[in-house]
Amino acid sequence: MQYSKKEYLDYLNQKSPNSTIIKDMVCAFLVGGIICVIGQAFYDLYNKALGMDEETARTAVSVTMVFLGAFLTGINVYGKIAKYAGAGTLVPITGFANAIVSPAMEFKKEGLVLGLAAKMFVIAGPVLVYGITASAFVGMIYYIIGLMGGSI
Amino acid sequence: MNNKLGKQTVKINDVGIISSAAIVGEKEGEGPLADSFDIVLPDNEWNEKTWEKTESKMQREAVKLSLTKIGLTTENVDRIFSGDLLNQCIGAAFGLRDLDIPYYGIYGACSTMVEGISLAAQVVDGGFADIAAAVTSSHFCTAERQYRNPLEYGGQRTPSAQWTVTGAGSAILKKGEGDVKVTHITAGKIVDMGVKDANNMGGAMAPAAYSTLKAHFKELNISPSEYDLIVTGDLGKIGAEILVELLQKDGIDISPNYKDCGCMIYNIEEQDVHAGASGCGCIGSVLCGHLLPLMRKKEIKRLLAVGTGALLSPTSTLQGETVPTIAHAVSLKTRE
Amino acid sequence: MTYLNAFWVGGLICVVAQILIDKTKLTPGRILVTFVVIGVILGGLGIYDKLVEFAGAGATVPIVGFGNVLAKGAIKAVGEKGLLGALLGGAQAAAGGISASIVFGFLIALIFNPKSK
Repeated sequence: MQYSKKEYLDYLNQKSPNSTIIKDMVCAFLVGGIICVIGQAFYDLYNKALGMDEETARTAVSVTMVFLGAFLTGINVYGKIAKYAGAGTLVPITGFANAIVSPAMEFKKEGLVLGLAAKMFVIAGPVLVYGITASAFVGMIYYIIGLMGGSI
Repeated sequence: MNNKLGKQTVKINDVGIISSAAIVGEKEGEGPLADSFDIVLPDNEWNEKTWEKTESKMQREAVKLSLTKIGLTTENVDRIFSGDLLNQCIGAAFGLRDLDIPYYGIYGACSTMVEGISLAAQVVDGGFADIAAAVTSSHFCTAERQYRNPLEYGGQRTPSAQWTVTGAGSAILKKGEGDVKVTHITAGKIVDMGVKDANNMGGAMAPAAYSTLKAHFKELNISPSEYDLIVTGDLGKIGAEILVELLQKDGIDISPNYKDCGCMIYNIEEQDVHAGASGCGCIGSVLCGHLLPLMRKKEIKRLLAVGTGALLSPTSTLQGETVPTIAHAVSLKTRE
Repeated sequence: MTYLNAFWVGGLICVVAQILIDKTKLTPGRILVTFVVIGVILGGLGIYDKLVEFAGAGATVPIVGFGNVLAKGAIKAVGEKGLLGALLGGAQAAAGGISASIVFGFLIALIFNPKSK
């Protein structure tokens, strides 16, 4: 071999095609933006038309979007959009639902308990672990600031 | 009788491939080689409850088909060498469990077809079996769930990613017969150039193919022009290009008669498979369904088939390990 | 106007993640984790709500907004219940989204099957 490992990796890097980043960014922007607009439309429906208070309406939007993401995953559509949209379908909460439903469906064949249910959080679990842990830290910091007589 | 020609290369005296069969999935049935395959599955389940069962069935049916083509039954087969990509090689073990043939499970990732033919040829040539079979398979859906993400997960494949072939190939070897003779075998060494990206397997495997091909040409003292066709399976677009360049730097030019199975089985652009195909079933089905029949028709007379495998696992990838790779070569010749 | 802001802010957050996917070795899972933690931090500092006011669902629908909800919930609960609130608040505030994911996830997975491509 004419290359050292390092030289080979550099050579390989240079041979490997780059992602089509501009196209990816445009797709992510459009699809991500549209999903948020749909979320906003539901918010206005719940908040303005149905008269829910802000917080309840926001929760209802989350629940709705989660349902849509889960349903579109179930009917084999979400993955197809995601192929083009990339982060545009990954980052919205619909992507969180996709990350939960897709392994649950996939591993149903290994049983309803150790397959479907146990595998449900293999992809999305880390978001909850780090999100909830971080929020607990934030809560504790506020508590300590409060004890020291600081104002929030 | 010393058949050892070098550290890696051995001579096979008189073993032929007397039959072969290939079964592929839907997507492969829409590719350029569609007419080559014996069976194209109507869907990726093939009336089975799980994809693992489907894959096993493909192996089993491929063996049976390659035998019935020449009027043999499983009774006639003394040894079967088989493997696949699944953990503990369940595709092979479950697929072949009812065939009642003495079985050796092998694992060489995508090099398994060539590894199986290598072992079968040596066993038959050594007089340890009259008839031996080499089989392998891969299935897109079983491979995805084991190595990557659930099918419905919304992920993007990188441009260097390869598409796992749904396919199985079976070859039957016998002493003194067969239109296609196995003449030489070059066993590969494990090569690891430090590639960590599990989505760039062609790039990781190219050095292994390079190493085996160099040893093959050197130990036999021949040049690539000895062959009508040299095929690798499956480096994909990127890996194939790298292999040609690596050999070129040493003054060996394979480009005029070189192809990669990973670039043959799909219309790469239209079928959106990024860098090409991969999986045991790729070279397995292309060799057994397309190339061996071409040799029987004498459209190809000298063929060097190089199976390349990435010997990684999802665990090793998560633990940040680099990708060890391997390439085995069998030299085939149409009987005069 | 909110719709326009929701569109471009939400889209832009996704673009940041897309750049990370294409240009770094970060896997989508790690990017999501990073985003949710950023959301928690910005929520903890009280900054993210300004973005929510400006962009509405453009800020709440991306996973960063989920982090914000978690942080705000924890802070609010600490104010009401003391230290225990740090543990209760986050999950309580996000309970709708989490439970919806589990329940819909379960039902959908029960009904539908994945299709090979």
